[in-house]
Amino acid sequence: MSDVIEEKIKNYRTAPFDARFPNTNQTRNCFQNYLDFHRCNKALSEKGQDVAPCDWYQRVYKSICPMSWVAKWDDQIEAGSFPGKI
Amino acid sequence: MAHPSQLGFQDAASPVMEELLHFHDHALMIVILISTLVLYIIVAMVSTKLTNKYILDSQEIEIVWTVLPAVILILIALPSLRILYLMDEINDPHLTIKAMGHQWYWSYEYTDYENLGFDSYMIPTQDLLPGQFRLLETDHRMVVPVESPIRILVSAEDVLHSWAVPSMGIKMDAVPGRLNQTAFVTSRPGLFYGQCSEICGANHSFMPIVIEAVPLEHFEKWSTVMLQDA
Repeated sequence: MSDVIEEKIKNYRTAPFDARFPNTNQTRNCFQNYLDFHRCNKALSEKGQDVAPCDWYQRVYKSICPMSWVAKWDDQIEAGSFPGKI
Repeated sequence: MAHPSQLGFQDAASPVMEELLHFHDHALMIVILISTLVLYIIVAMVSTKLTNKYILDSQEIEIVWTVLPAVILILIALPSLRILYLMDEINDPHLTIKAMGHQWYWSYEYTDYENLGFDSYMIPTQDLLPGQFRLLETDHRMVVPVESPIRILVSAEDVLHSWAVPSMGIKMDAVPGRLNQTAFVTSRPGLFYGQCSEICGANHSFMPIVIEAVPLEHFEKWSTVMLQDA
């Protein structure tokens, strides 16, 4: 399973089409991948497992999310004021 | 780009725009034919000395001028819907670029691999070199590889803007807090110009967009140089 993910990350070009977000508005796509990355990190590190599979979500949100949004959310997470549930 | 006294669309730089151009020609031809017919009939009616006092109804012509317009509308609707669905097809982009609107410039982010971001300001008229286009040139262009499907995510950092490139048939509103997706493929290398298309303050007319489509190797060299300069 993890080598499938590694393969996908190695051949990563850009975020692929996500059927959950088929329309013009991709705001939720960006936010969801950002959330999923942090939730994945939290869940796997709590279990003491390798967090490498979470890299997929990071690649996707880095492709899709504007840098200013990511910087703002990172600051909010550090300050403890991030509005999403991680 | 547009030229003086231009009436029609700019030359198409993407397959979608070619389709839109041909559809427009088709619809406009129908409109011209109908208008010419109606104008002729009006002139003929108004300028005849003949009078006819005995026509009350006529089933045949009523049927003709009901069915014929319905057929014409279907002939317009079918290509229109074809293009609508064609534009909505799922494509598999090779590259994602974010275009962020600011007052009063665009910034472009290429973050698939590294964090490449830069601002794109209009070149003021007094700083133009000979041969450059007034109110259209920018200091940094959005460089893309030619013939590659590209996903563009448009947003804004302050007020509403709109990212438009007419020769590719693209216009997408830049809304703060929202990420709008559009996609394109450039059919040929070259420079493609556009302007901000949503009123955004004093310098709304002075924040143009320039897309530079180049072969992939040139794009890779350009992005390496841009990353080093950043």
